[in-house]
Parts: sequence; structure tokens; C-alpha cells
Amino acid sequence: MPRLSDLSLDELSERLISTGLRLSVPPFVFLIRSDIPVVARGLQTLYEQHEYEASAEGFADFHIQVKARRHGLKRVAQFSMDGFEPFTPLAYDEAFALLEWGMNWCVTGHAHTWLTIHSAVLENKGRAVLLPAPPGSGKSTLCAALMLHGWRLLSDEMALLDPVTGLITPAPRPVSLKNRSIDLIRERQPGVVMGPEALDTVKGRVAHLKVSEASRAAAHRCVAPGGVVFPRYESGAPLTVAPRAKSASLVELASNSFNQHVHGKPGFAALTAAVDRCACYDLRYSQIDEALDWFDHLEPPS
Amino acid sequence: MNRVPSPSGRLAEVLCHPEAMSQLSLVDWDLLLRQGRVADVLARLCELAEDKGREAALPSQVWRHLKAAQLVARRQHVELVYEAQHVRQALASDGVPLVLLKGAAYVLAGLQAGKGRMVSDIDLLIPRERQADVESALMKAGWLSSTRDSYDQHYYRRWMHEIPALRHVHRGSVLDVHHSVVPPTAGYGLDVQKMLGAVVPVQGMDGVFVLSDMDMVLHSAVHLMHEGELEMGFRGLVDLDALVREFSSADASFWDRLHERAIALNLQRPAFLALRYTQRFLGTAIPQACLDRLQAASPRMSSMRLAWLDALYERGLRPMHASFNDRYTNWARSALYIRSHWLRMPPHLLIPHLLRKSGRRLIEGFKTREETNHAQA
Repeated sequence: MPRLSDLSLDELSERLISTGLRLSVPPFVFLIRSDIPVVARGLQTLYEQHEYEASAEGFADFHIQVKARRHGLKRVAQFSMDGFEPFTPLAYDEAFALLEWGMNWCVTGHAHTWLTIHSAVLENKGRAVLLPAPPGSGKSTLCAALMLHGWRLLSDEMALLDPVTGLITPAPRPVSLKNRSIDLIRERQPGVVMGPEALDTVKGRVAHLKVSEASRAAAHRCVAPGGVVFPRYESGAPLTVAPRAKSASLVELASNSFNQHVHGKPGFAALTAAVDRCACYDLRYSQIDEALDWFDHLEPPS
Repeated sequence: MNRVPSPSGRLAEVLCHPEAMSQLSLVDWDLLLRQGRVADVLARLCELAEDKGREAALPSQVWRHLKAAQLVARRQHVELVYEAQHVRQALASDGVPLVLLKGAAYVLAGLQAGKGRMVSDIDLLIPRERQADVESALMKAGWLSSTRDSYDQHYYRRWMHEIPALRHVHRGSVLDVHHSVVPPTAGYGLDVQKMLGAVVPVQGMDGVFVLSDMDMVLHSAVHLMHEGELEMGFRGLVDLDALVREFSSADASFWDRLHERAIALNLQRPAFLALRYTQRFLGTAIPQACLDRLQAASPRMSSMRLAWLDALYERGLRPMHASFNDRYTNWARSALYIRSHWLRMPPHLLIPHLLRKSGRRLIEGFKTREETNHAQA
């Protein structure tokens, strides 16, 4: 199958405006349409090595659009999935970020054969480590740093736990970064590939970091969970690690789940089984390198 | 033979002949899953596929979507049982039995129509004279009125046969409390006591009742023919088709009994029309003699008027997915919206009401028509 890098920006834009781009974003296929240039640029930069389906007809899990609209005098961007609009429009310049948020919504709102948990998840030494955390805890920065450090990214936002196999299914997509994080990651690795930057009225500056090629190439490989780490960034704090009781970890994971209510009791059992296999920690840090070093030495339970 | 006039009448086909699912290509499924999602029947398709062990023949990408919908529907069914107990308890202190309608009834009565049925609200039927008691009992149990708009409140109570939806203050469950099955002003002179007098108990649930088989069918029919917002119109056909198939196969005298009951309740015309469209869309096996008899027993309608209604409903009852739209679809939906209100309100009140409610709708109709052209495939 051809890759997005095979298309020029003009060809990509043309496809987005007309028949749509059927893009493979494992484990899903998105049919994407947009008439907004920043969307084309963002896709070309961040999904460069992703495969797409050239033929006019095919199968896509989600048919999505980010279209320009007029809101009085302002131009805005509106997201829709097959005609349904789950969000209010955002500023025109945020169109690419809106696409990414819309893709998240498609998965968390519909992909119920997995238990979806609001968490970053990366793999090292053959086991997955979940980083559940509320916004503002530094999770995204840490996730980006771990990936650049060589860890395999499974997702920066959503852990997809298969309740039948007990494994995490990778769904790697560009890492969403905000404000100072963007600069920090650029400082750590100059030349790193990021998508278009936008200004959101609520979140501030938003940009996305391209998924490492190693992570993208291994996206078909599911992996067993081995660790749950609850990170908390605290300026000036020394690295502090405390084991967290499995019961407390389970409760926290369940409350971070998008669709636990759909899975009911079997879902809870699946979460329990997952936590049982994991070493669980609270991590407080201020120096990313110290944190990375600690992560590298994390051993999955046998 | 189904005659859903869409690019592919496959949705109706797979609902009626689930074995056809295994012959579909991924491209077919790309459209079918989206149509099914909009029509709210994905969970049902999943149940039908699993029924005969056909799921193994389906591509895994497709199965994921069907299974996901089934999980949500099954979850709703679990919560439904729980909520129904709560409602029953709330009403019990006033000695009002819980009579369930529509989706909640099909699911709790274990009917085929309940398979994969999404049930977000609980519809219940109460005697009109107990309305005040019921509202207050439900309020004490935590269900509060969800609409504050005094125009809507007045409209619901005066012109429809239900009080505005009640939402539970903690659990968020929604109740639609009806005191008739058709707006009193629609002119059927329907005495809902007749239906309430014929209710049957739900097995395994004390104090919970559903309508008798014929009344369920007639209610489904009249609801479909009077509904102005047809977002769930296609699903209404699926319900009616499932009810009729199950009841008629269990009882040879079903059609005769249905005919008599339709006459007794003065619902011959909505029964005739609804069954006519169920047959057209889903190929329901209805004896032609039965349809003819119902038509003959109904108030006379010119063939031109019937043809006009056919043209409206053949579009209006399709799932609200852009792939089913032709250039007249949005006009047909608007016309049916107006018709449902025409049947319910006198003209001097209808016009101001429609101006208030439909102005925005007609504008949206223009907007969506543009998008129909772009939204294909």
C-alpha cells in the first residue's frame, strides 16, 4: 500500500477535498475529508509514513470531516463523523488539533470491544507501562520524552485493553503537547518533527509530536501490561517513588476509564487481572532525565 | 421483496435475512455500518448474526463495530431492569401499576423486538386521572422535569399525550410518562382504559405490565403514523415487523384478532398504513386479505391521497443517513412533521406553533440538502 509521503501536498489536499483520504491509523482506518489547508499540512508532516488506500472505495472504521464554516464574521472549523457533530466549532487555525481530538472521540465513543483507559501507554522490555494522569500532571511531556528516549509508544492518550486477551492494543498517534511542553521537547531534541502549532482559548498553545518510526512500525504488536505509574511533575522536587497498593491503583484506573460502564462486571474483572500483573508506583519528579533513568530500570514482575 | 428506495436496500435485506451478511464485501459493510449506526440497529444486526453462529464469517473489522454496539445495548438492558424496579416501587405507594411501552416493554417482555434494541428512555402508560399523583410520586423518587421552557411544558401537557420527559436527579435515567397513546385531539376518540384493561404481566417482574400483543402492534402503528420527528422512523418499522412476525407465527388467529381490535379501538387507518409501510420496507409477510380488510374498514381515502402519503413516507421512514436522501427527502420530512402537528392541533394554533418550532428546522433542511451532495460514500 502506498504511503502518505508518496503524495505531494497538492495531491493530498485534492484528495482531502474530494473523495477523502483513507488513512491507516492502526488499529483503525479513518476516511478523512477536509477543505482546510492546515489539516493537509498536519497530516503530511505527522502521518508521513502511514499507509493510505489509493482506490476510491474501501472500508473505513470512521468517516470524519473537518470543514470550514462561517460563524457570523468569523471562520471556524467544525468536526463531524458521518454527519454527526459532537463538538462545537473551534477556531479555524485549530483545525488540525480538532481533527486529532475528533479521532480520539471516535475511538473512545465507539470502540467498545476494548476497555479504553485515559492514560499514556508505552512499552519497554516486552511489557506495557500505563501512565494514567489528569491533565496538567506532565504526563504528555513525560510520554513524549520516553518515546524519544527509545520506548515504544502505544498511545499518548488512551490505553486500549482487550478484555479477552488481557493485552494492550497499540494505537499510536501524534503526541499532543501544550504550552511549555512544546518548547521543552524541542530543547531536548532539536530537529524533532512537530505538526502545526495552534492557539486554543482554553488549553493555550497546542502542537503534536510525530510518532517515532519504530513505534509506528510495531503498531500491530499487542503487549501485556507490566506496570502502572502515576506521574506527578513538581517543580524542584527530588525524584520520589512510592509503591501504590494494587487496590488503589485498580480504583484509579477504573475511574480513568472512558467506557467501564459499558463493560460492567466483566470489564472490572479484566481491569483487576491487568493490575494484578503490574507493578504499581506513584512517581514524583522535576527532572525528566532522572525520571527516564528510573523508568529504564523498571523491571516488570515475572 | 423489499423496496427501500436507497442506493442499496441492503440494510433492510440483512435485517430480514441475516444470512445475507456473510456475502457482503468490506466495501458493502463500509456503508452498511454507517447506515445501521444512524438507524440504531447495529446491536440488532449483531444479535441476528450471533443467533445462527454467523459471526465467524464476518471480517474482524466489521465484527468489532457490531460487537461494540451490542455491548452498549446489553448494558442498557441491565440498567433497564434496575430502573424499572425503581419506577415500580415509586408508583406502588399510589397503587398505580407500571405499564411499559415501546422499547422497554419489548426488552423486559423478552420479545424478539427487544433483541439488540437500544433503550435510552423508559416509556410508561398511566391513567390520565392519576397524572398528578404519578408526577408527584416520581418526583419524590428523584425524577424531575427536564424542560424548563414554559412553552414546551404547556405544549406537552395540552397537545401531546405525555408530560415532558423526567430525568433522574442522580442516575440520569429518563422517563416518558404517557396518559394516552395518541394525542386526544387526533380524533380517534381512543379510550386508553381499554388498553389498560387488557395489559399482561411481565414474567418474573411483579407489578410490571405490558400491553397485550394486539395493542402493542396497534400502539406501534399509531405511534409511527403520528410521529413528527422520524429520526427513529426506520427503527419503528423494524419494531413493528418483529412484533408482527413473532405474534402471527405463534397464533394463527392473530390477523383476525388484530382486525377486530383495530376496529374496536378505531385505529384501522394507522394500522393499515403502518403495516403497508412495514411490508414495503422490510417485506413483512402480511396476508393481502388482511391489509385489504383494514383499508376497507378505514375512513375512505382517495387513491391520490394515499399515493401522496406513500411518496412522503417512503422517504420519511428511511434512516436519516445522507446515503438514503434524494432531492425530495428533506421536503418529505418537513411535510410529515407538519402533518403530525396538523393531526394534533387546530389550524389557528398550528401556524404559530410551527413558525416557532419549524423555522429553524426548515433552515437546517436547506443546509443539509447541500451537504447531501457532498456526503455520499
